[in-house]
Amino acid sequence: MQRIITFILRNKIGLLYLALLFVAVLLTAQNNAFHRARYFNSANWLSGKLYGATFSISSYFDLRVENQRLQNENKHLRRMLFNLNATPQLDLDTTALDYEVYVAQIIKNSFSSPNNIITLNRGSDHGLKQDMGVITSKGILGILEQTSPGFSTVQSILNTKSNINAKIAHTDYFGSLTWNIKDYRFVQLEDVPRLVPLQIGDTIVTGAMSSIFPENIPIGTIASFDLNPTQSFYQIDVQLFNDMTNLKQVYVIHNKKRPEVLTLEGAIDVK
Amino acid sequence: MLNNSYVIGVFRFLGLVLAQTLVFNKINLFGQYNPMIYLLFLYWYPVTKYRASLLGYSFLLGFVIDLFSDTMAMHTAATLTTAFFRAKIMGFVFGVNLEFQNLKVSQSNRLQQFTFLGLLLLIHHLVFFSLEIFTLTNFLLILRLVLVTGMISFIFSALLASLFSSR
Repeated sequence: MQRIITFILRNKIGLLYLALLFVAVLLTAQNNAFHRARYFNSANWLSGKLYGATFSISSYFDLRVENQRLQNENKHLRRMLFNLNATPQLDLDTTALDYEVYVAQIIKNSFSSPNNIITLNRGSDHGLKQDMGVITSKGILGILEQTSPGFSTVQSILNTKSNINAKIAHTDYFGSLTWNIKDYRFVQLEDVPRLVPLQIGDTIVTGAMSSIFPENIPIGTIASFDLNPTQSFYQIDVQLFNDMTNLKQVYVIHNKKRPEVLTLEGAIDVK
Repeated sequence: MLNNSYVIGVFRFLGLVLAQTLVFNKINLFGQYNPMIYLLFLYWYPVTKYRASLLGYSFLLGFVIDLFSDTMAMHTAATLTTAFFRAKIMGFVFGVNLEFQNLKVSQSNRLQQFTFLGLLLLIHHLVFFSLEIFTLTNFLLILRLVLVTGMISFIFSALLASLFSSR
């Protein structure tokens, strides 16, 4: 007993270090699990408020550019609207729509680490929930991961854990979109069979198999492609439409039918 | 009455956290490298203080940085490890001088200061990037990140250290 106590006293710094390190590694390992509740993220009150405050100052600097971007998008949408043959119903019944759209601003962007997380200035108070899709006017950005009352975090497509269903535009050849952490301008499309005819410059859009994103949201264009080591699937580098370093306005998409889809798929799994 | 060095310590802590999260995390040099300057806390920390409290402060510092940068607890583990090895590094760098309890880092020569800072940053970056990548298949990537980010962190930290030095 005496020896144990002297041992503890002699090595108390080392033991304290090991105990604290254990806590840190535990927190890291626990949070690595996909979609496990993460208590310590930048959607918390403290960092959310601080990032929000700095955002409210820095957002003034590029108002002109931002307005231009939104006007261009409006122009694009107007042109689509005017070319629809049906007359737009102004008193649209919003309860009949499949997708609800929310707007938010990015208050913390990140693109230089292997697991990039983006923070938005809207949270559960504004109707945001986990697993909603996040896009910009140019293309997809990621999936909503955690929400607090006033803020939320997004798992960016520039994240090793990200895995999104994507396909080649105007076809039904699909694959999964991942990131190999090498370059923030490119993501990788995998599992496209080798018999698919590909061209450099082909557009990649979101696929129909996702219950998070609507179909045909732009992602990027094919920059290069190669067969993977097994020679049966393509390994495609996709250049993103979004400049991931310069983002501000985002749209959050809520698929109202998602619970129904998930229940149905869950019922199949059980059998 | 609060001790003067205690107040300075608190201000350093807050200042480094704010500088790291609001300025240096957004630098993105060459598109992907962010210098980590908050380790100056360990560089500036007095030599003779208790090591247990140093471990506690390092844990807290790393944890706050983690909160802001969505890195789980990787900064915490890295800072904690650096704080643990700080005494050994000091013994290696300052040698016999450490026996005299009144040693001050700012009064040692340039080479010693830079070696001390460099070794602190090296340990921190090794632990941090190993945890971040986590697989040995990416060993070369870890090495590159440690070297490049370490170099950039070193330059920025050395500049800041000389900017705020009392000499």
